[in-house]
Amino acid sequence: MRNSPTIDEQIEMLRRMIAVRHLEERLGELHKAGKTRGPIHRCDGQEAVGIGATAMLDAADLLTSTHRGHAHYVGKGVGLHPIIAEILGRSTGACAGRAGHMLIADAANGLLGGNAIVGGGIPAATGFAVSLQMRNRADGGARVAMCLFGDGAAQTGICHESMNIAALWKLPVVFVLEHNQYGLTAHHSTQSSVPDLVVRADGYGMPGESVDGNDITAVYRAVATAVDRARRGEGPSLVEAKTYRMVGFSTSDVGGYQSADDLAAWRERDPIVLARRSLAASVSPAQLDAVDAEARAAVDAAVEQALADPLPGFVDHAPSAPYYAGAV
Amino acid sequence: MAMMRYAEALRAALREEMQRDSNVWLFGEDIAVYGGVFKVTKDLLAEFGPERVRDTPISEQTLTAMAVTAAMAGTRPVLEIMYADFLPLSIDALMNQASIYNYIWNGQVTMPFVLRTQGGGGAGAGAQHSKSLDALVAHIPGLKVVAPATAADAKGLLKAAIRDDHPVIFLEHKLLYNSRDEVPDGDHLVEIGKARIAREGHGVSIIASSRMVIESLKAAELLADEGISAEVIDLRSLRPLDRDTIRASIAKTHHAVVVNEGWRFCGYGAELSATIMETAFDELDAPVERVATHDIPIPYSEPLENAVLPDAAKIAAAARRAVA
Repeated sequence: MRNSPTIDEQIEMLRRMIAVRHLEERLGELHKAGKTRGPIHRCDGQEAVGIGATAMLDAADLLTSTHRGHAHYVGKGVGLHPIIAEILGRSTGACAGRAGHMLIADAANGLLGGNAIVGGGIPAATGFAVSLQMRNRADGGARVAMCLFGDGAAQTGICHESMNIAALWKLPVVFVLEHNQYGLTAHHSTQSSVPDLVVRADGYGMPGESVDGNDITAVYRAVATAVDRARRGEGPSLVEAKTYRMVGFSTSDVGGYQSADDLAAWRERDPIVLARRSLAASVSPAQLDAVDAEARAAVDAAVEQALADPLPGFVDHAPSAPYYAGAV
Repeated sequence: MAMMRYAEALRAALREEMQRDSNVWLFGEDIAVYGGVFKVTKDLLAEFGPERVRDTPISEQTLTAMAVTAAMAGTRPVLEIMYADFLPLSIDALMNQASIYNYIWNGQVTMPFVLRTQGGGGAGAGAQHSKSLDALVAHIPGLKVVAPATAADAKGLLKAAIRDDHPVIFLEHKLLYNSRDEVPDGDHLVEIGKARIAREGHGVSIIASSRMVIESLKAAELLADEGISAEVIDLRSLRPLDRDTIRASIAKTHHAVVVNEGWRFCGYGAELSATIMETAFDELDAPVERVATHDIPIPYSEPLENAVLPDAAKIAAAARRAVA
């Protein structure tokens, strides 16, 4: 099938999903142990969207993420250690401890970046796409922007404004709607009269495709098709990936609003289990076990290193930076 | 030197910077085909084409957020927001996005964009098209805010703003677009963060920006007739603020009047007043006087609007109180 990931690519995506899941589990422990500050927004069960949607991007492509972005960060190629060190507030973190887990950016890998104003990434990616379109025309490049956003963000006014402008100007941007069914504690059915948000694509005159967000190969295929279209200069697309948030909104969420039946049904459809199953015909169980062990070990090593790293001192920007220009 | 209208000076700055740097582009509502509702961008579409001079949908929140990230990705956007009254729609992009990234991302990005807008009363445009929201944007760390009063500074500051690697909010005034003054020839740049002595004096310092500089100069004429020598400082830049020029003037005059066309409570004048207290308290012979717009919505009918806005008579009265 067109745009299908190779076996090697599928193994790498599985490795990344396992790393993200283990990262989330370790962060849960670290939060309980008081090693992190503020809430942590875990993406357990949603890994296939962030990893699958970003697997075909290059470092020069620009990605905007959300407050629940760990899979996006890993998918875009940011190292485990800079991510974990940032979440632990260390000077070795991706942003030297200034950002925290919701706002991580890594310009060298084209992650710009996490955004904790729900919907904020949507116009951000659209703005990136204008510059990329102008620069592509000038230098023959084919860079694209991608926005990963949720079903909560889909209800903002800026989502409408951005998609309208992106389609109007045929911008090289791919909107990937990570539909995890919940905006904080509110189920999607209380937020929109439309269960499948992909229908909105028609209203902007852009292609839309809805896929099983727990099937990483399906996510990859749909997004790769949209990315190819954007690279050809044919404009934006909307991909809706249906998934489910298996954990609370954040580490401060006391729960009680997700049904046991829903959780059980989606647990049966764990994206990591599904990915392993689809590789079983091509890859030996021993090799898949090794991938699993390596991914977890890499996370554990990054956590241990980050815990040993120094906390930052408060150092002002140089006087030329905007925050201090001319100030007494 | 050439006599030029304020709007023409702005257009000259845009044209020169677009000729100089192909990464500079303009977007905003009605700016391309129509040339802007105040005609600042007239004829630029014909010269630079539709990729670099873009009409947009009415989407200020998204347009402002797009300016922030387009600037991160290698171009230099200049966004026109038609009225300063619409800045509240831009505020998330300015306060939660543009303000944070250079610092929070540890210097990984710069954002060379300019947001041009125009504010101010006196045109009978009503409560949603007459405000001066200087304090709203000057409050935000990481932004520079300029507000020229003359055509020369309009040109020089806009050119400097476009070349700046950090966000600049460029505040114009609807009643200044047709004012004319001498603009230096050539590549005229005005450094952001430097005030200008618009009129020298030794009895009282009147510190103002944008159209209030013009009113302050009229006030100084009135005061001169009464034997009061007023020095008028045109701030030009609201953030960063040129504290040195303010301090030096008050060291000479020992009296200060701060003027801003925005609302009084928590307004820009409050920041000026506090700055004077912090930097020149020992030089003062009297409390700082503050002139601002009344803390009510700006009404439509002419006598009502005139009653709430600052003007030369109110500034002169404040100066008389200061030196009394």
